[in-house]
Amino acid sequence: MSELLKVTHLHKEFGTNVVLKDINLSVKKGEVVVIIGPSGCGKSTFLRCLNGLEDIQGGVITVDGLPVEAGKRDITKLRQKIGMVFQSYELFPHMTVLENIILAPTKVQRRQKDDAVREALELLDKVGLVDKKDYYPRQLSGGQKQRVAIVRALLMHPEVILFDEVTAALDPEMVHEVLETMIALAKSGSTMLIVTHEMAFAKAVADRIIFIDKGDIVEETEDVKGFFAEPETDRAKKFLKTFAYE
Amino acid sequence: MASLGIDVLFKGTNFIRLLQGLWVSVEISLISVALSIVLGLLIGVLMTVDNKPLKAILKIYLETVRIMPQMVLLFIVYFGTTRVFGWDMSAESSAIFVFTFWGTAEMGDLVRGSIKSIPKIQFESAFALGMDKIQTYFYIILPQTIRRLIPLSINLITRMIKTTSLVMMIGIVEVLKVGQQIIEANRKTSPNAAFGVFAVVFLLYFVVCWPISRLATYLEKRWA
Repeated sequence: MSELLKVTHLHKEFGTNVVLKDINLSVKKGEVVVIIGPSGCGKSTFLRCLNGLEDIQGGVITVDGLPVEAGKRDITKLRQKIGMVFQSYELFPHMTVLENIILAPTKVQRRQKDDAVREALELLDKVGLVDKKDYYPRQLSGGQKQRVAIVRALLMHPEVILFDEVTAALDPEMVHEVLETMIALAKSGSTMLIVTHEMAFAKAVADRIIFIDKGDIVEETEDVKGFFAEPETDRAKKFLKTFAYE
Repeated sequence: MASLGIDVLFKGTNFIRLLQGLWVSVEISLISVALSIVLGLLIGVLMTVDNKPLKAILKIYLETVRIMPQMVLLFIVYFGTTRVFGWDMSAESSAIFVFTFWGTAEMGDLVRGSIKSIPKIQFESAFALGMDKIQTYFYIILPQTIRRLIPLSINLITRMIKTTSLVMMIGIVEVLKVGQQIIEANRKTSPNAAFGVFAVVFLLYFVVCWPISRLATYLEKRWA
């Protein structure tokens, strides 16, 4: 399979605080990569670097062979290839569900409105929210909002979608509906980079696990079951232990 | 009880004149408010731009407007600049200029505050969808800013309407001035006219400002 996203020697710091030391990663088309690690390890920052929401101090990120550089004019073109879903959903509160979803496709990609609406309704139907199309975000539950945010990202037909702790702000009973949606997406062949604290979900969805700690990739493996049963490094062992109760 | 002096208003065309005066006040306010809203949105956006010289200039502008009484501004523009620069500006134009100069600064500051109150991640969410800065402001930030602005700007708008009473100082015959003229003209026959006429002027200001305030409440509820 072809290489879609490539990160070489990525270095990111905020002032004197080094957040990412030297990250190297390559993601193939259709791959689902789950990034885990302790809070503050830099995993969210890493995702934000990938679509140019953060500037980087060293290294190269390419998507489809094109370099991602924050602040450059063509960054808007690149970002259309990279969908992102945030922890706090970030729907636009002054727009209905449908307006939220079709805004960027019609205004940025200049697609026909009818066409965008038709596809939006199809996707909303898939996540069971077609009857909510004229609702405002404030009328939806957290889980519903997050599914709308996923549909909004999907309608741009991104090459890769970044998920930044998308269930972290949700009530436990709503986590499931969002994760189901993501598993369905993964099965349909989408390329996904997922930052999560849901270990059972990571195990179910990942083609590859990346364990980041203190700004470095500590462990990287395609043996997902093996990783959760018996990780190679002590740091990963210690981290996974924090999710277990005896 | 002594006469309240309202009867003078029913003499001749007195009440019509008062309404005409009210229209002058409202007209100056409406034009100034409309200009202030448009220019204030622009200035407000500029106030959030990260550019030190620009920030300094806008800060000086805002502070000047805040410190200087509107009456002094009116005098400077109408009596001062017209002579010094030799241009021909009517009292009405001077008034609209001063009120817009004032309104734009204060509106700009309200816009700045409203933009700042919108979480940064709303910008990022728009950027992540491939929108550029202009699209983000136009479709995402400004519509939300305007909704937050409504209650704040109503206060400014009603203040501007009320402050138009100052324009009689540069010779504009607006509602308060007409009221005074009516009182002066009837001093002998209705010595109590001051109470009645000013009370009616008070009510007229209320009639103008109250619907605006109601509209704000309505919009606030609708957009909550």
